[in-house]
Amino acid sequence: MSVGYHIVVCGSLVPDPLQTLEPVETPSGPGLRNEAMLPAVLDPWAAHALYEAANLAKDTPDSRVWLVSLGPKAKLQQLMMSVAQKAPFDLVALDGSAGGFTDAHETANALADAIQQIEGLDHTRLLLFGGWASASRDAGVTLHMVGERLGIHDQFAGVDQLNPLPDGSFTVKERIEGGQYQVSRCAGPPALLAWATGNLPEPPNNPQVGMANMRGVMPALQRSKPVAITVGDVAFGKVESPKQRRDTRVVKDVPPEDIARELAEWVRG
Amino acid sequence: MSILYLALVENSGLLTRSALEGLSAALSLSTEVGSPLNVGLLGGRTESAAQQIGGCGAIRFLAVEAPAFTQPRYASDAAAAEALIRAAGAHIVLAHASSRWARALPGATVRVGGRMDTRISALTVADSKPMAQRWFYRQRIVAEFTRSERPWIMLLEAGIAPAWQGPPATVQMERVEVPTDPAWDRTQVQGTEAASLGEQTIRPDADLLFVAGAGWTKKQADGQVHATEAEELIRIFLQRSGASLGSSKSLVDQTGEGGQVLSLLTHLNQVGQTGSSPRHPKGLATCCHGEEPHVVGWRFITERRAVNLDPNCGWAQGKADVLYVADAFEVMRKLNELLASR
Repeated sequence: MSVGYHIVVCGSLVPDPLQTLEPVETPSGPGLRNEAMLPAVLDPWAAHALYEAANLAKDTPDSRVWLVSLGPKAKLQQLMMSVAQKAPFDLVALDGSAGGFTDAHETANALADAIQQIEGLDHTRLLLFGGWASASRDAGVTLHMVGERLGIHDQFAGVDQLNPLPDGSFTVKERIEGGQYQVSRCAGPPALLAWATGNLPEPPNNPQVGMANMRGVMPALQRSKPVAITVGDVAFGKVESPKQRRDTRVVKDVPPEDIARELAEWVRG
Repeated sequence: MSILYLALVENSGLLTRSALEGLSAALSLSTEVGSPLNVGLLGGRTESAAQQIGGCGAIRFLAVEAPAFTQPRYASDAAAAEALIRAAGAHIVLAHASSRWARALPGATVRVGGRMDTRISALTVADSKPMAQRWFYRQRIVAEFTRSERPWIMLLEAGIAPAWQGPPATVQMERVEVPTDPAWDRTQVQGTEAASLGEQTIRPDADLLFVAGAGWTKKQADGQVHATEAEELIRIFLQRSGASLGSSKSLVDQTGEGGQVLSLLTHLNQVGQTGSSPRHPKGLATCCHGEEPHVVGWRFITERRAVNLDPNCGWAQGKADVLYVADAFEVMRKLNELLASR
């Protein structure tokens, strides 16, 4: 194609997956114990979307990548210290809650408004990227709602592969049921791709990329607008971490033959 | 209150088990809140599907059908869903878990000015209001909630209820017209392909989930890696047991990073935080180590057993029903022999 892509990646922070999460009641609805103190990472599937975006932009001249993140400003700043070293992007920051119990509709509206205000963004070249669900709300609806608000009617979910073609179109592989991919051909931007893991490994930290990014990241954080993201019209009842403890029977010092026999009976059911 | 159940009609003309499970859940809700059920069907041809569930007790059978709707793509599916919701005047909209609805319904929700929730694992009624249950933070926190905004669109998880069964019956269909839009053709579905070459190892209907951990490609007691034998043992076990294959993230990542790998694994096999949380009656984990993301992948496995060299494995202790402390290579060799002689 003669002109590059304008790739907007929506991605925010989530608690580090290795942290134990405990729900608590707050004045604004359910939250997590010590939520502000929990170590955060870039949402894993959104991270894959960012790496795919950076790779696509690298291979397509005249392309640009924006990362649009909604989260508490201080935590976004911490997050950017690591994320900014992974891939070149321009940050658009929104200062608000990234909690899992917040309403996807409010989040989608805030993100769509922010994207519409990006200076120099060409809608006809737009590829809207993000994870196909977050590791917090895990709803899988937010990005699609942003796309609908932006008038993007070519949307793909669970994407593992995008292949640009010489005529400006591209093929997409989406995860569907039963370990299958659905393969589609799209005429070109604007389009929305909600990524699964893609096929790229996590890029190594690149301090030069980090330094270049940080020149824009700090001003972007300073400019970030506060947005009120709430639980919306949801009335929560019970919110809990389920009891997981099982009474595990440990079988040891038993010959493999005996274990296999027991397992065979169990498998045959 | 008007309740609409949205069901996708397969190209075979019938509904999937997941769609019939969702129908059961919708019928239960309809009974409990005392509101009749409307059914909305979408597909290339919907008549056979309508007959298939004709005896379910729904008061209306709405249908959007045309060859254009055999293509699972956002633009046409969202337009059809919007039309069905508007035609039914629905306040509550339920749909069964499928990649197709998951892609199209969020946009349709925006168009009808509604609210949407996904991954609903249970539906109850309190004070005549529907209460939904779903998991947050990837199956780590469970919550019950309701909404006041309407229409409220909910995507139901597979297994939420037994699949509806009943005799077929002829019904009065109401066809909802959705004018085709040339812009839909910007996306053309070309078909499907298996994620991995060779045998299909992801079997959602299997009774058993077999999870392979990174230990299969680690050095064994003789100081050597035996990935080829590991792959063969796993392949034979899958063939003989009919199990579905899952994997830990660390093992799948080796596949993508050029390490010694199991060729039958792809990212689609991965369970856990950035993988799936499949539903099977039984699960057998081998060579896995314990981390919270791993537990997440096993949330919906009923009976859990593990083969592991570490009796204090954090994943297995308290999370598996039985932990066999043994060399998985030896156990699986014997197990495959026994399964061959069944």
